[in-house]
Amino acid sequence: MQIDLTPFRRAFLDESAEHVAALEEGLLRLESQPEDSELLSSIFRAAHSVKGGAGSFGFEDVARFTHVVENLLDRMRNGLLRAERSLVDLLLRANDVLKCLLEAARAKEYGQPAAAACDTRAIEAELQQRLGAPQAHEASAPSVTASAAESPTSSSVWRIEFAPHADFFRTGADPLLLLRELAGLGRVVSIEAEVQALPAWDEFDPEVCHLAWRLELESSATLAELNDVFLFSSDDARVAIQPRGAARAEAPSVDALPSSAASAPAQGVAPAASAAQRRSGAESASIRVSVEKVDQLINVIGELVIAQSMVADVVNNFTPERVGQLREAVLAVERNTRDLQERVMAVRMVPIGSIFSRFPRIVRDLAAQLGKEVRLELEGEETELDKGVVEKISDPLTHLIRNSLDHGIEPPLERERCGKPREGVVRLRALTEGGSVFVEIADDGAGLNTERIRAKALEKGLMRPDDNWSQEQIHQLIFQPAFSTAATVSDVSGRGVGMDVVKKNVESLGGAVAIHSTRGEGARFRIKLPLTLAILDGLSLSVGGQIFILPLVSIVESFRPRAASLKTLLSGGEVALVRGQTLPLLRAHRLLGIEGAQTDPTKALLAIVESDGRRVALLVDELCGQSQVVIKNLDANFRRVEGVMGATIMGDGRVALILDVPGLIRLSEGATSTLALA
Amino acid sequence: MTKTVLIVDDSVSMRQMVAFTLKQAGFQVLEGGNGKEALERLAGAKVDLIITDLNMPVMDGITFVREARAKPQNKFTPILLLTTESQESKKQEGKAAGATGWIVKPFNPEQLLKVVQKVAP
Repeated sequence: MQIDLTPFRRAFLDESAEHVAALEEGLLRLESQPEDSELLSSIFRAAHSVKGGAGSFGFEDVARFTHVVENLLDRMRNGLLRAERSLVDLLLRANDVLKCLLEAARAKEYGQPAAAACDTRAIEAELQQRLGAPQAHEASAPSVTASAAESPTSSSVWRIEFAPHADFFRTGADPLLLLRELAGLGRVVSIEAEVQALPAWDEFDPEVCHLAWRLELESSATLAELNDVFLFSSDDARVAIQPRGAARAEAPSVDALPSSAASAPAQGVAPAASAAQRRSGAESASIRVSVEKVDQLINVIGELVIAQSMVADVVNNFTPERVGQLREAVLAVERNTRDLQERVMAVRMVPIGSIFSRFPRIVRDLAAQLGKEVRLELEGEETELDKGVVEKISDPLTHLIRNSLDHGIEPPLERERCGKPREGVVRLRALTEGGSVFVEIADDGAGLNTERIRAKALEKGLMRPDDNWSQEQIHQLIFQPAFSTAATVSDVSGRGVGMDVVKKNVESLGGAVAIHSTRGEGARFRIKLPLTLAILDGLSLSVGGQIFILPLVSIVESFRPRAASLKTLLSGGEVALVRGQTLPLLRAHRLLGIEGAQTDPTKALLAIVESDGRRVALLVDELCGQSQVVIKNLDANFRRVEGVMGATIMGDGRVALILDVPGLIRLSEGATSTLALA
Repeated sequence: MTKTVLIVDDSVSMRQMVAFTLKQAGFQVLEGGNGKEALERLAGAKVDLIITDLNMPVMDGITFVREARAKPQNKFTPILLLTTESQESKKQEGKAAGATGWIVKPFNPEQLLKVVQKVAP
């Protein structure tokens, strides 16, 4: 039977990537709890699984390298080696090499050009050194020792004695199967059972083996092949095999021939992946989904099929009286479609922990490099986000964490002087709140230096000396391009490249970054992210006869204002008084350049929208209704438009633009600041 | 009559490969990710063959073999261990716990079927 191993090889590669991540996480934890035997076992298991699978799926180099790592871990597990720092270091580096090997294997599997070659030799030498005696290439697949008794193919007669021990059945073995297997190897010339050991009926125990057999077998099989029949029974039976006529009773070593001799892994070497299977990012090529989610999906599909057949039935036998039934059936379809949509989106949701897991290593290495003592605390790893968001948030998070370590956390001595513990804490936390996911990076370091940022901003002309800005507004300046207050440029951060990129990346995901910082106590960066990129709960509204969509999450309320609650400022800007609060009034028709819209606010509607904790009143003609819309990217199909995050196709086939609230606010600020300058 | 096999391994790819191979060979397949899960699968079910890995979280292979063998309906069920060549002592430990035989990793589907054929034809 030929079995194509390709899907299993790919599953193995996915799984191994997880094992490698688990190895890394485990090794990092091992440093603080070197005596944790359960932890050591789980680390060992991860390496062991990679090795076991790699061999079976034809990744020889992975199997060979992991074998060495596994040996070392095994020694640690058995208490022969201590998990001291240098050893953990070595294992971490070995894990990096393993990761490299697996990535190379993955590239090959998917027919992609291989990345840089992995240097296994140096690490392997170090590992071997730790293992003590240079095990001159310990044969991971033992070579076949040719049996002296192996005779040519010519048929000969063997005399075989087989006496199972009394407890032979205890391990689920069956003498009959062995005899049949022998018979299958040739022709049974004679066979006799020894029944002397059979007890009397009243003492007979059917679960004890009382029999033994002697048989003569004419076969072309070799002694090794015959011994193989009794491979599992060597300890549970007396077995003697000799050629008929042989004078001397040979004591055959039943178990000497390792079954692995027969398992030279020639099978399963990767055939070149066909061009059709080529994908760009191997990382994002597949997604692992829990069975539960798939089951739910199948349930909904079932419902949908029923609803669809209801519609078909009504339509095929339509009479005007059945219009009520039709409406009901269509409603059922609608409900199921929405359900299906949600479930399919859920398939794309992955836990953010998949990227959190890389940070302990980064923090560890960076803290060592900076001479700081830092503990990283993770929380909410199980928070789920769209796969696309998770992948893209990794870089900004990395940057913010490096930033916290470099600029936030003070050196140990300085911390002691301030009365803080030597060890700083960086807390990475994810949580779901409303329609958004928040990711926070908080440290207990020095906090942002408002004065220094202000000075820098003045120097760069980003603000004027008489500007009376809030602390929050000043802090936002660090997201300006090429803005760095670091006294010296370090390797880690401080070139002023990055924070603006962080902000840009987060915003391109439809998110926002907020800073809370208290001098001397620490800083907290809060990233707000949409749950998913592709579907949005929106409120449709009209301006001058055109339909636009506002994300529902950004709308606070809407109402028709009275003339008394509207004011025009000297600068020309307008404000609306809403429950004692003064909000800037933005005219959507003006921002979007639409003619024919209602310009009298008392005859139109104000939608109070919120972004980043700021509220503005948006003037629109009327609200049309709430619906879920599928976001189509505008950048890719047209170009980026400020104030617009995308477009969607409405039920009646019209295209509607989806408004981007932070963008609208920026647009209005641009407008007012030009006015202010004039 | 269709035979049922229980496959116990924490490695999904390994389990898939073994499961697929045995399904091709006409077995009905039950799966467990560790010893404990496997015992739950065994509750009330009669299987004709058990194949188990040794190193698993929650409950390892040896403990699983011992517990499975202790159940009356599995008293004579063939149990195969998935082991590596470096685990010679484990084979003995496994036999002592009641395992019938073993399959040495790495193996390919043909080798797997050969060993299965041996204990559960």
